[in-house]
Amino acid sequence: MTLPQIFFAYFAVALTGLSLLVVTRRNPVHGVMWMLILFIHVAGLYLFLNAEFLAAIQIIVYAGAILVLYLFVVMLLNLKKIEKERKFQHIWIVGLLVSVAFLTLLIPLLGKFSVYPPPGEYSVERINSEGQIMTVGRVLYTKFLLPFEIASLILLVSIIGAVVLSKRKLN
Amino acid sequence: MVPLSWYIVLSAVLFSIGVFGFLVRRNLIMIFLSMELMLNSVNISFVAFSHYLQSMTGQVMVFFVITVAAAEAAIGLAILIVFYKNNPTLNSDEINLLKG
Repeated sequence: MTLPQIFFAYFAVALTGLSLLVVTRRNPVHGVMWMLILFIHVAGLYLFLNAEFLAAIQIIVYAGAILVLYLFVVMLLNLKKIEKERKFQHIWIVGLLVSVAFLTLLIPLLGKFSVYPPPGEYSVERINSEGQIMTVGRVLYTKFLLPFEIASLILLVSIIGAVVLSKRKLN
Repeated sequence: MVPLSWYIVLSAVLFSIGVFGFLVRRNLIMIFLSMELMLNSVNISFVAFSHYLQSMTGQVMVFFVITVAAAEAAIGLAILIVFYKNNPTLNSDEINLLKG
């Protein structure tokens, strides 16, 4: 095994183990904490794939904003009651079967995936010479300008929605 | 060099663990966390394809997925808190107000 493969193997094993920990913890706070470590590992995988901007966004937005929001909500609700109840549905075996069947269907298909030439214009050398953030920004503001504006609209809707939902009564 | 298929298989494994969590957990917060796990697994495959096909589209898509995930978390958790005020439970099998 070469060094990149060893790195990938570490990330793969860690991500699988951490995601299993996330979905099986009884206490939601523990689940959120394991999710934090999982997000940092995903950011490491992004760095490994030459996507520094997305690694930074992953840490800042996912670990810094979304998970803190989850923690706030978990702290607002009553945890003492949750800890005493059973954590899985009665028919948990059905969920296990569905996900295992999904995986056994997918893996033989996906294991054969590979890339055929010709690759696109954004080679690693070009991205490194231009700067990763500049490359992403240029694509985002030219080719994907309309989706970018729609994304800003989605954020506006979520801001207004959160305010309206948390208000007690609308006049 | 790590082959592309390894990333895709890792993404599929994470996605099916997320599906498992989504289907079997009772607590709504854990169901939301499983959803985030599924979104992240899809993001990994997007970035892997973006790197191996030498195209920027995958990374831009991940940017949009993160935006939508942030919006979804804000709205979803707000709905959860409003629901909890009226009906203090978070178990998905006890939420049956609309059941006929």
